[in-house]
Amino acid sequence: MRLAAFDEMLPEVSGLRKPYSAYDRWLKEQDPARLTEKMQDAERVFRKTGITFAVYGEQEASERLIPFDIVPRIISGNEWRRLTQGIEQRVQALNAFLDDIYHRQEILRAGRVPRELVAKNEAFLPEMIGVRPPAGVYTHIIGVDIVRISENEFYVLEDNARTPSGVSYMLENRETMMQLFPELFQQIKVRPVENYPQLLRQSLAAVRPQSTKGTPTIAVLTPGSYNSAYFEHAFLADQMGVQLVEGQDLRVVDGHVAMRTTEGYKQIDVLYRRVDDSFLDPLTFRPDSALGVPGIMDVYRAGNITIANAPGTGIADDKAIYSYMPEIVEFYTGRKAILGNIPTWRCSEADSLKYVLEHIHELVIKEVHGSGGYGMLVGPAATKKECQDFAKKLQAKPSNYIAQPTLALSTCPILTEKGLSPRHVDLRPYVLVSDRIQIVPGGLTRVALKEGSLVVNSSQGGGTKDTWVLDD
Amino acid sequence: MLLGRTANGLYWMNRYIERAENMARLVDAGLRMALTRTQNASEEWNSVLLSAGADIAFTQKYQDYTAANVSDFLLRDTSNPSSTMSAIETARNNARMVRTALTRETWESINEAWMSLKRMLARPIDERDLPSVLDAIKRETALIRGSFYGTMLRNEIFDFSQLGTYVERADNTARILDVKYYVLLPSISWVGSTLDNYQWESILRSVSAHRSYRWVYEADYKPTNIADYLILNVRMPRSLTFCYRFLAEHLKFLGDDYGERHACHATADKTQAMLRAGSIKDIFDAGLHEFLANFIRDNTRLGDEIAQDYKFY
Repeated sequence: MRLAAFDEMLPEVSGLRKPYSAYDRWLKEQDPARLTEKMQDAERVFRKTGITFAVYGEQEASERLIPFDIVPRIISGNEWRRLTQGIEQRVQALNAFLDDIYHRQEILRAGRVPRELVAKNEAFLPEMIGVRPPAGVYTHIIGVDIVRISENEFYVLEDNARTPSGVSYMLENRETMMQLFPELFQQIKVRPVENYPQLLRQSLAAVRPQSTKGTPTIAVLTPGSYNSAYFEHAFLADQMGVQLVEGQDLRVVDGHVAMRTTEGYKQIDVLYRRVDDSFLDPLTFRPDSALGVPGIMDVYRAGNITIANAPGTGIADDKAIYSYMPEIVEFYTGRKAILGNIPTWRCSEADSLKYVLEHIHELVIKEVHGSGGYGMLVGPAATKKECQDFAKKLQAKPSNYIAQPTLALSTCPILTEKGLSPRHVDLRPYVLVSDRIQIVPGGLTRVALKEGSLVVNSSQGGGTKDTWVLDD
Repeated sequence: MLLGRTANGLYWMNRYIERAENMARLVDAGLRMALTRTQNASEEWNSVLLSAGADIAFTQKYQDYTAANVSDFLLRDTSNPSSTMSAIETARNNARMVRTALTRETWESINEAWMSLKRMLARPIDERDLPSVLDAIKRETALIRGSFYGTMLRNEIFDFSQLGTYVERADNTARILDVKYYVLLPSISWVGSTLDNYQWESILRSVSAHRSYRWVYEADYKPTNIADYLILNVRMPRSLTFCYRFLAEHLKFLGDDYGERHACHATADKTQAMLRAGSIKDIFDAGLHEFLANFIRDNTRLGDEIAQDYKFY
């Protein structure tokens, strides 16, 4: 399959795009052999520092590198300003939606979002009804996945409002690029992303419980060192200068969550958790969870700890809810969404299901609750048999799926043995919400390394690139 | 402030780094014996396995005490939890768990040691390559130690790490002595045969002390001197006294930092005082084997007390 895609560096119609002009000049001066060497250097750096992720279901290579491409993805200052306006609006709407859903439910009363879609959704936590999180923030850290179709068309693919990952790659990619090509950063003004950990720490401190006296104690909660994103958990704790804790380190002591230290139990005020809702508290959610803290939800309801992101946030980035985001944005901000949605068919609706089944070979079909590129079908790339098999699954449980047109995601060149070659990319900028909204200028660019492939997920052979926002 | 689990990870990370190296040293000594004394080679390999605490597990898997079998079992067999490969893997897993407590240099040296040993020990070792493999293991652990000493802040993280190192080392030295204690006993050693000479050298070699011994004592190996060197010498970095000097010191640092003394402090101080006051004659008079057995028991207890007092679990 080959889609005519918009290339962000070298579009076929107009030649080199302006944001890439300085980089292109530099690139033309480089010796190709030296660039190949640099590529190997990059891989060595990643392997040595242990920037790895675990792949589920593969015994042999339990730790793998996410391939890194040395050609940066470049965004002009102007493009970035437009994007940030759209993202800010969306993030405000997400938090307003969550607050509403767990309190007055006005959007349901107004009939703008179907009630059963929320009520019957696993991501909706009845335990959160009436609970107001410290500082009123539900989703503190968001990674909005954005795709580009043409010069001026950007769409939100997913909102990732619960526990977006990948920010450590944004930081390490930049670090690696600066080590490999220091001269580039002297020639081209790129806005910095390095202060993300400090911003994150300040942002988390700003949403501490009201009762906190003095400087709040912050900790990162990880499921443990066998988790696929463990490197990132350790990295962020390290960079923020806070403790990296596991469920087994924590316990409720005198109405607070406390961690077991060599000198006894110490209170925690803000918990940046990278553990899913259902594992958070065995007394409230999954009783078999060993990753959480028994009783933490009681502490939370009493307002004695901030959990970031708040439990129950998943209802806002659920794929079934996603299709209502244009309505949601308009409902809470009073304006049309600056960043559009990709047209989405909800297979739960009979008309849509019919259309999807008829056009299965040209659509992308996703599980409503899936993530990481698992359990999805890319129609145009699938065989007839795969389409038929998927159609059966679809008919068996239509409400479990949504479908979207196969978009010609923009491409950005990667360096291959034969020189530059275009590959499809997406973009995940990171947003921090406290008493303000901050968006780090940059983000994670994921790139489908296989020629023509549209799947950028690292678990499916995707790589990453450093993302530059120009200071122009 | 340090998590109990992190202290635990640091402690075991260092115990396993120490163990990874000790296994290589034991094989090195065994190899030397086997090369110089072909007749009793299998007996020597047996005592190497006994020192490594791996004799029973070995016999479940192998029949013959050969260089190939023993070095395979002690260096690269991942079903043996104390093999160099298993130990470096466990050390790295612990390091990964406590990554935020380590300098980048320390973490990278452990990660690189793991990568390079994994590569090197992937296939059975050709006997001709054994010496260079042993060298490589010792070099990797030396690099870890170097980056650790060179970059780590001297705080509680350092203290817990050192506790792991010295508890493991004291255990290792005591076991080596205990397996060969009879060749050091006067009644037998008076004979002064060449066999004993080799045995004595082997003991020293297995703690990398055959050269430094001569700097401290007269050139000839004497059993009482060897025992004195490995038990009571305050400057020999693998002696029991040396280990306890540092165990007591790091525990004192922790006690001062936290403003609290625990059971482990009393145990370490008591052992240290016993070693300080002791003479090699007294030890031999009371029974070398009994002394070592008691020591190993107390040392294990110290490890348990440290875990309990500092809330490892």
